[in-house]
Amino acid sequence: MRIDALDQENVRSPFQRVLRIVFRDKAGLVGVLLFGIVLFSAIFAPYIAPHHPLEQNLRISRQVPAWQEGGDWEHPLGTDNLGRDMLSRIIYGSRVSLTVGFFGVLISMSLGMILGLVAGYVGGRTDNIIMGIANLFLAIPYLLLVVVVAAVLGRSLINVIMIFGFTNAPLFVRITRGEVLRIRKSGYVESATSIGARPGRIIFQHILPNLIGPLLTVATFEMSGMIFYEAGLGFLGLSVPPGVPSWGNMLAAGRQYIQFSPWIAAFPGLAIVFTSLGMNLLGDWLRDVLDPKMRRSA
Amino acid sequence: MQRYLFSRLIQSALLMVGVLVITFFMVRLTGDPARVMTPRDASPERVEAMREAMGFNDPLIIQFTRYMGGAARGNFGQSLHYRAPAMSLVMQRVPATIELTLAAMGFALFFAIPLGVFGGSRPGSIWDTLARGFGLLGQTVPNFWLALMLIVVFAVDLGWFPSFGRSGPMSIVLPAVALGFFPLGQFVRLVRSATLEVRGEDYIRTAYSKGIEERAVLGRHVFRNVSITLVSIVGVQFGYMLGGSIYIESIFSWPGIGRMINEAVQARDFPLVQAIAVFSAGFVVVLNLLTDVAYALIDPRIRYED
Repeated sequence: MRIDALDQENVRSPFQRVLRIVFRDKAGLVGVLLFGIVLFSAIFAPYIAPHHPLEQNLRISRQVPAWQEGGDWEHPLGTDNLGRDMLSRIIYGSRVSLTVGFFGVLISMSLGMILGLVAGYVGGRTDNIIMGIANLFLAIPYLLLVVVVAAVLGRSLINVIMIFGFTNAPLFVRITRGEVLRIRKSGYVESATSIGARPGRIIFQHILPNLIGPLLTVATFEMSGMIFYEAGLGFLGLSVPPGVPSWGNMLAAGRQYIQFSPWIAAFPGLAIVFTSLGMNLLGDWLRDVLDPKMRRSA
Repeated sequence: MQRYLFSRLIQSALLMVGVLVITFFMVRLTGDPARVMTPRDASPERVEAMREAMGFNDPLIIQFTRYMGGAARGNFGQSLHYRAPAMSLVMQRVPATIELTLAAMGFALFFAIPLGVFGGSRPGSIWDTLARGFGLLGQTVPNFWLALMLIVVFAVDLGWFPSFGRSGPMSIVLPAVALGFFPLGQFVRLVRSATLEVRGEDYIRTAYSKGIEERAVLGRHVFRNVSITLVSIVGVQFGYMLGGSIYIESIFSWPGIGRMINEAVQARDFPLVQAIAVFSAGFVVVLNLLTDVAYALIDPRIRYED
């Protein structure tokens, strides 16, 4: 019985298995789709945006969206206070969001993984010091920390990425350490140690492969979180410079005209909801695919 | 229990010292705090005057002992903008923020608990769909955007609630909903999954088989178990709301510490920023301590862990 089950598992290629899981879980499929659209518009922004995102035309400033009276399909989502095309700016804005999210997560995950591995594997005083510092950063309200550091460092894309990269690392440290401790207790690491495997082999052969699943899942949620927070910083005027089309900057401008031209704030916000919905569904789905225990029961 | 309490107290005190260290270095990240605290177009003379006035020319260790010594006595220096002691300015704003966070927390719990319990006890029902929907929306809708949209619909179009200010009970509704939306989603998720989990337990089946009404089973057996999990996350959510209040209070002109931090940051009033950061972190640390104590009181198993 057991061998039959294993055989069946082997017949299916990994690619087939992924496809099967994608289509089995509709929510995951929607997530992949939403995120795919955002990724596509970020990469091909110059080809799909109908206008240049910085092109101003004060004569048509604050033009309503196409489906309302007085709008036209030249500017499907209307224009902002300087007559710039909303749709084009939202398409270009996805570049800032995804760049910040991707590199922010890359930095915080690498940093957190290394420190978490050291803390969990070495243990003792090293563990206490690393975890002490990580918990310290987790004690300060996150948004407050980010806002203050952003205000001190000034507005630039690199600064924003660095801020998210470093301030988010403690979370990854905590998760990595927890996983390392859990894996170390498991039978196979114990057996590997008992037959004389070196620490390097244990880390690369046994611990790292097991870390990828949980970390990748968290990374998806954190990337969504960073896109959120970047827009929030932009809203307060603390993210990328004001000239850059980003969803946060657009929201900040839209707030001034909220009473008579609500679409200027509404659309960039919808773009954020769209993206983060996609990433959250994707994250839930990744958890199902990557967690080996879940895969068995699937 | 006493030993546990004592060690948690020591931990919290250490954490506060760490927070002071971070806030000290936070304004010195660029290496030139005087430049950070003056307007971007300030003349070199003005920057130099700031450096002199704030004592930034002294050796770092002297500045550090001065800061820590002041902090120990509750003195965080003068606000550059208001020219008054920073910490007392913060204290004046605290009641408004507490009022708002409590209202937001009340809103979140009031809707999340029934939604989560009904959703979790009837998987696949309309309640379950609602619970999962709110759980997802809470995580994907930014509160600052929600706040703006609430203003558009309920203040501008319908005129039901005021769009800004703190005057009368109506004025707290929109900010509380905007601020409480994220915690609402978190609570719904937690309550729903906790309910799903206890649903299969023997004592729940026993309760049903004894012929107890469903409402009583949910209230007496399910919710009591779920509430233990809830306690652990309520504290965390208060901390989150302190951060979220930066947007919400700014948007609704709510006179609390969230709006104050936005104003202080814009005015480059960093002594005031430091005072707010220390206060907020202290608030979270105390809250976590209380949560842990409450947790230990409710659930005896915790006391003996670690």
